[in-house]
Amino acid sequence: MTLTPEDLTAILLSLKIAVSATLLSLPLGFATAWFMVFRNFRGKVLLEVLVNLPLTLPPVVIGYFLLLLFGRNGWGGALLKSAGIEFIFTWKAAVVASATVGFPLLVRSIRLGMESIDRQLLQASRSLGAPWYDTLATVVLPLSFRGVIAGSSLMFARSLGEFGATIIVAGNIPGVTQTIPLAIYDYASSPTGTAMALSLCAVSVTLSVGILLLHEMLSKKLETGRSS
Amino acid sequence: MNLHIDIKKRFSGFSLEMKSSLSGDRMGIFGASGSGKTTLVHMIAGLTAPDSGEIFLDDHCLFSTRSGCNLSPEQRRIAIVFQQAMLFPHLGVKANLLYGYRRCRTENRKIRPEALVEVLNLQQLMQRGVNRLSGGEKQRVALGRAVLANPRLLVMDEPLSALDDTLRYQIIPYLRSVSEEFGIPYLFISHSIPEMQLMAEQVLVVEHGKLAVISTPDALARSGMAQSPRGYLNLLRLKTPAFREGLFHYPWGSGALIISDGKEEGESLFELSSRDIILFKKNPEAISARNLLKCRIAEMFDSDGRKGVVLESGGSTLVAEIVPSAAKELEIAPGSAMFAAVKASAFRRLG
Repeated sequence: MTLTPEDLTAILLSLKIAVSATLLSLPLGFATAWFMVFRNFRGKVLLEVLVNLPLTLPPVVIGYFLLLLFGRNGWGGALLKSAGIEFIFTWKAAVVASATVGFPLLVRSIRLGMESIDRQLLQASRSLGAPWYDTLATVVLPLSFRGVIAGSSLMFARSLGEFGATIIVAGNIPGVTQTIPLAIYDYASSPTGTAMALSLCAVSVTLSVGILLLHEMLSKKLETGRSS
Repeated sequence: MNLHIDIKKRFSGFSLEMKSSLSGDRMGIFGASGSGKTTLVHMIAGLTAPDSGEIFLDDHCLFSTRSGCNLSPEQRRIAIVFQQAMLFPHLGVKANLLYGYRRCRTENRKIRPEALVEVLNLQQLMQRGVNRLSGGEKQRVALGRAVLANPRLLVMDEPLSALDDTLRYQIIPYLRSVSEEFGIPYLFISHSIPEMQLMAEQVLVVEHGKLAVISTPDALARSGMAQSPRGYLNLLRLKTPAFREGLFHYPWGSGALIISDGKEEGESLFELSSRDIILFKKNPEAISARNLLKCRIAEMFDSDGRKGVVLESGGSTLVAEIVPSAAKELEIAPGSAMFAAVKASAFRRLG
C-alpha cells in the first residue's frame, strides 16, 4: 500500500473538513435538539421535516441548492462577496456541505439523549433556584452528553465520507478541495488507478472503524461512570 | 404563611378551577389521583402557568393575569420534594444536597448544610454515589436538597407513596422535624388519610379539579371512616413502656395501653383501627382482650351509616366505630361511661 503526497493532502483535508463541520454544527445541533425536545411551539413537525430532510434527499440535490444559494447569483453568495469571502470551490464550501448533510445525524442522537432525561429532574433543578440556562448547563448537558458524543462521532464519520454535495459546491480540486472520496473517484475513473484507489479505500475503512470503536468505548465508559 | 389561589386552567379533557386562601405552616392537599393535585402544585411552583387568575404567597405575587406578574420557578423559591427522589444522577450526594444552596442568595441562606446533615442523619451518605442509596435514603437526600435551597415554601408532592410502609413511617419524623427545626412552612400533598393526620393541620380537599372543602385531617378521617377498608385509624404516639409478662404497658389517658408489638426505647407510633374496639356498657370482668379501658363518651358522629364514638380517658381520645343499632341497644350518648376492650395485638406499630 502506497500513498502519494496528494493522497496525504486529501486525507488531512478530509479530517480538517470533518472536524470543522462537526464543531460548527455542534452548538446549533444541540440548540435544535433542545428546542425540539423541551419546547412546544407551532410548526414543530415542519422543523422536524426540515432537519431530517438531508437524511433522505440525494446529497447532490443538497449540493445544488447550496450552489444556488451561495453561487454568484444567490443572496448568500452576494452577502459573502460583499464581506470579501471566497466561498464556492473552496474548502469552506466543503465544510458547509458536510455540515448540512451530517446535521440530522447529530440532532437525532442528541435528541435521543435528551428524551431519556426525566422532566422532573429539570423541574427539580428549576424549583431549586436554577434559571433555564443554568438547568441547561448543569442538568441537560451532562445527562445528554452521551448523545452529544454519539452524534458528533456519527456526524464526523459521515463528513469524512461526504461526496455528492461536496463535489457540486466545492468541486474536485486536488490540494484544495479534494477529499478522500473525491480522490478515490478520480482514481476509479482512470484505468491505472486501482491500486491507488484501494490504498485510499483502506485508509477510509480504517478511519471509519477507528471512529466507531472510539464511539463504542466512550459510550461504555460513560455508562459505567454513570452507574458508579 | 398565607397562600391565596384563584386560578383557572383548561386542558383537553380536564379543567381545573380553584379559589381558596390557606394559612398555616402545615398545610395539606388531599385528593385521589387524577383530581388535579399535581397540576395545582405545578402552578404554585411556576412549572405550569394557569390560563387566568392569581396566586399570592404572603402578599408576594407569584402569578397574576391582572397585574401581569408571573415569576419564574427559580424566582418563587418554592422547593419541591417529588414522589420519586429525582436526585441528579450525574452528581454525588453532597453535590445534590448543595445544588439549591449554591444557587440561593447569600442573604437568604439561613440553614447551614452542617445542621441539616445532622438533623436528617446524612453523615454516612455524603461520599456515596446517588445510585447506591436505598429508596428511603434517596428521599432523605431529596428532602435535604429541597430544604437547603432555603425556600419560602416546601412542597411535598406525595413524597411517601413510592416507599413501603416501614420506610414511610421512618421518613415522616424527618419531614416534620426538618420543617419545625428550620421554620419552613410546607404544603403536603397526598391521597392517604393517615399521612394527612400525621403531617397536616389544615387540609384542602380537591376533587375533579375543584376545591371540595377545606377541612382538618381528623374531620377527613372521620368522614372517610365507613368507606375506608380499615375504618378510622387512631394514630397514637406512645413512649416509656413498662415490659411485663411479654407485653408492653404504655401510659395512656388515666391508665395504660397493653400492646404486644412495642419497643422499649424512644417514642413509637401505633395505629389502631376503629373497628378493633369493642364497647361494653358494663364491666365484662373477665375477657381475653388485654385492654379494658373505662372511658367517657366525649362525642359521637355519623359517617355513611356508621356511628363514630369518641372515647375519652384522662385527656386522651380514641375513636371506635359501631353500627347505629348497636348504639341504640347500648343507649350510647355523649357523657355516658363505657368500657372499651382492645386486644394487645390490635395495635400495629408503624415506626
